[in-house]
Amino acid sequence: MNNFLYSKATDINQAISQIIDGQNNKFIAGGTNINDLLKYFITKADKLVDINSIKDNHDITKINNGGIRIGALVTNADTAYHPIIEERYPLLSKAILAGASAQIRNMATNGGNILQRTRCYYFYDNKTPCNKREPGSGCSALGGYNRIHAILGHSENCIAVFPSDMCVALAALEATINISGSEGERTIDFADFHKLPDETPEIDNNLRKGEIITSIDLPEKGFQNNYSYLKLRDRSSYSFALVSVATGLIIENGTITEARIALGGVAHKPWRVPKAEDFLKGKEPTAINFVAAADLILEGAFGFEHNKFKIELAKKAIVRNSLMALEPEKQRAGAKPSL
Amino acid sequence: MQTNQTHPVSLLINDTRYNLNLMPWISLLDVLREEIHLTGSKKGCDHGQCGACTVLVDGKRVLSCLILGVMKDGSSITTIEGIANGEELHPLQKAFIENDAFQCGYCTPGQICSAIGMLQEGKAQSRVDVQELMSGNLCRCGAHKGIIDAIMEVKEGEGYE
Ligand SMILES: Cc1cc2nc3c(=O)[nH]c(=O)nc-3n(C[C@H](O)[C@H](O)[C@H](O)COP(=O)(O)OP(=O)(O)OC[C@H]3O[C@@H](n4cnc5c(N)ncnc54)[C@H](O)[C@@H]3O)c2cc1C
Ligand code: SF4
Ligand code: FES
Ligand code: FES
Repeated sequence: MNNFLYSKATDINQAISQIIDGQNNKFIAGGTNINDLLKYFITKADKLVDINSIKDNHDITKINNGGIRIGALVTNADTAYHPIIEERYPLLSKAILAGASAQIRNMATNGGNILQRTRCYYFYDNKTPCNKREPGSGCSALGGYNRIHAILGHSENCIAVFPSDMCVALAALEATINISGSEGERTIDFADFHKLPDETPEIDNNLRKGEIITSIDLPEKGFQNNYSYLKLRDRSSYSFALVSVATGLIIENGTITEARIALGGVAHKPWRVPKAEDFLKGKEPTAINFVAAADLILEGAFGFEHNKFKIELAKKAIVRNSLMALEPEKQRAGAKPSL
Repeated sequence: MQTNQTHPVSLLINDTRYNLNLMPWISLLDVLREEIHLTGSKKGCDHGQCGACTVLVDGKRVLSCLILGVMKDGSSITTIEGIANGEELHPLQKAFIENDAFQCGYCTPGQICSAIGMLQEGKAQSRVDVQELMSGNLCRCGAHKGIIDAIMEVKEGEGYE
């Protein structure tokens, strides 16, 4: 790590003023991503502003619209095991528990999870070109080993994927992100929070410099009767997704009245295709209909030398996970396929 | 920019109070090993990928390699050196010996601290759950079967609080 200064903020205003008093100051929450990146000299900081002592944003509370508000500083573990989340938003609980390890989930915060950076091997290797780490240097993954990379929404500048599990569920649940900054507060829909790489792969999301995530709101609809999170990866636990799927269905009298399907591990942000979800409305929850929806979701997918397999894998995962959502009680720990 | 600034940090480690002055970039693992000379917690990867550095901070299992010492001012920390009761081994230490739960022993302190945290969390119902919730501790010697056997024995045994 480079040598840096350290300060503790005890409220949001302090956090913001401590972050904007320098060009290269960074927040630290659980530290599980930023400390790793600092150790590899991929991130450098003049000062770390520790936000763990901020008195607010440590709770999960009910809000007026029938939904709930999850503090940015609540840990991933406390979120996943919270009684309201387990009961009303089990999809979120399952997705969080499929990520990282128990120790990391005890440390990681919800705000930090949303802002974690890609696991592209070249991004982590200071000796190779990478447009995300060093804009304009080139993308080593394009012609390199790209097994874990994107099949949707990539650009010629970057084919990295966003690695979070939690965020795949937040996309399916249509969460909103509450933000504070020196110019006041604002709220961003989850779908608009992360961005595609386009011409600026060094920018992961639409958070502005100096802004802080304060909380995440979930709408009332939690899909608690028919939901499933499926994570496919190279080891069966403690490994990032090759492909993951979060599905929530509302089924009335044998007919789907609402469907949400979000993919992880395939793009620079959680991937949703409203057209495919609309297609399922009014249809029966059968494998044939889910196959058709999967084809719509993967429309335009393009794979590289080592990751073409992900296109077929994603389609099959969508179908399997949609069927798993019909029988949530049969799901196993760790987002593995139901037996 | 002046970056040699230290911060006063008070830690209760295995029931002993330590008042330290720490540079901000020193990990809790390095504090334990280099400053306090408690070398039981191991540095396997230093990047959150192996679990060898697992300790309990305020009762929760966490990775000391990804924590900055300055962030834990006022916390109480338990390491492998703090779990036995005098000469009386902790039930998990005994079970690890009885179940052949290690070969080289490098991952063992982290495995045992992690297992203590897991049992306190109370989320594991079955052997499969224990495997899933212990997946953050790798063992290069492949002693996983003995490790899970040892934990199951303690989990199902009498008198573990
Ligand atoms: C070995 C390993 C395996 C992992 N496996 C998985 C996995 O399978 N699935 C998965 O989803 N994740 C996985 N993770 C990633 C983990 O979930 C993230 O590192 C974690 O969620 C980050 O949260 P944090 O609080 O520790 O963030 P920090 O490291 O503290 O911060 C991350 C970034 O967010 C910024 N930040 C933090 N909080 C705020 C805020 N409130 N407002 C504004 N900025 C903020 C920081 O400045 C920093 O840039 C893994 C991590 C490791 C080390
Ligand atoms: S895919 Fe993106 S992160 Fe990976 S090397 Fe290319 S530019 Fe860098
Ligand atoms: S040394 Fe901390 S996880 Fe490996
Ligand atoms: S006993 Fe050798 S690494 Fe686990």
